[in-house]
Amino acid sequence: MYDMNKILPGLVVFVGLVTFPIWYNGGDAGAVPKLEKPTNAKECIRPTAEMRTSHMVILNEFRDEVVRESKRGAIKDAGGVEYDDKSLMLGCMKCHVSKKKFCDECHNYAAVKPYCWDCHIQPKEMN
Amino acid sequence: MDSNRRKFLKIAGLTAIAGVAAPSAFNSLLRGEAVASTGHGESAAPAVAGKQYGLVIDSKKFLADPSLAERCVSACHSIHNVPDFGNKKDEIKWIWVEKYANCFPEHSHLKRNEALEQTPFITMCNHCAKPPCVRACPTQATFKNKDGIVMMDYHRCIGCRFCMAACPYGARSFNWRDPRGKDEMGKPFIKRFNRDYPTRTRGVVEKCTFCNERVLRGLPPACVEASAGAMIFGDLNNPSDPINEVLKGNFTIQRKPNLGTSPSLFYII
Repeated sequence: MYDMNKILPGLVVFVGLVTFPIWYNGGDAGAVPKLEKPTNAKECIRPTAEMRTSHMVILNEFRDEVVRESKRGAIKDAGGVEYDDKSLMLGCMKCHVSKKKFCDECHNYAAVKPYCWDCHIQPKEMN
Repeated sequence: MDSNRRKFLKIAGLTAIAGVAAPSAFNSLLRGEAVASTGHGESAAPAVAGKQYGLVIDSKKFLADPSLAERCVSACHSIHNVPDFGNKKDEIKWIWVEKYANCFPEHSHLKRNEALEQTPFITMCNHCAKPPCVRACPTQATFKNKDGIVMMDYHRCIGCRFCMAACPYGARSFNWRDPRGKDEMGKPFIKRFNRDYPTRTRGVVEKCTFCNERVLRGLPPACVEASAGAMIFGDLNNPSDPINEVLKGNFTIQRKPNLGTSPSLFYII
């Protein structure tokens, strides 16, 4: 190989820089976000694990059902408990009263920026 | 013959274009898809299929109470978080007041009576049975829902404004600015937020949705509620709906019926 004495140190520096976030934090992913859970309900519309992985899919389904198929109205969870409205503002956020302490906690941690709140109005933050 | 590559390519290109364009042009002409732009409003009556919500607007009642129209407009605009940008260029309107001559340009004639000139004609999206905006929308962000309402799905709108060009009634407005913003004086464009209804975002087209969110809950549209009987809302395709009795018993006109859009707004003159 030509220029071995330049390429090898270059590679070492490159790999070091790219993996900087990993070794700088000592392989630790940082504090796991703690969400504020609703006080007025024990269970969500779906099991927690499902909500955690696919709440965005569920929200999209609700959106399409309400806007495009005019299927508004109550939703039932697996236990038969009924929730008022298939709606982000009028449904979800009636229990999850704080966007900051619920939505943002994970979204900031995972560095995702959903555009829900460009149009939908977040609940008034109490503090 | 003096033939070269350049000439050959030109001829080949033209032949290809003609070959692709000619059959589609002929087909649409033969199948009668290219309808003439003017015709009779009557022939555009829709086939009865499902609901078609419509509105009868009693212009006499709006003449009798001059502040009524304004109350209807503000009832709508306040519950739907419609911003007021303070200038015509950026204006967003779901429902607005028009003069007779502007509302019904095809009914222009000499020596109009005074009452007609003074009547505030309230108008909004016509929720056409054959909506040209829906045909124009490339993403199906605007569509005809099961109640015959021409709905907006702001999640899908890409802000191309084809629908605005297609709508013959000027019922659609584009958000050039952020509706949640403030003007130079620090005054917010939306004075009071209705926290039960979303706003829109910059770059989408918005319009009247016949209060779809209220209709689904069994309530009349907000303007109808505020009109104190000057507007009648109902299903045009349901013969037993009271709106059809009103339409039978009164002379009404529609806006630009000859365009063949089958508008669902009727005005008692």
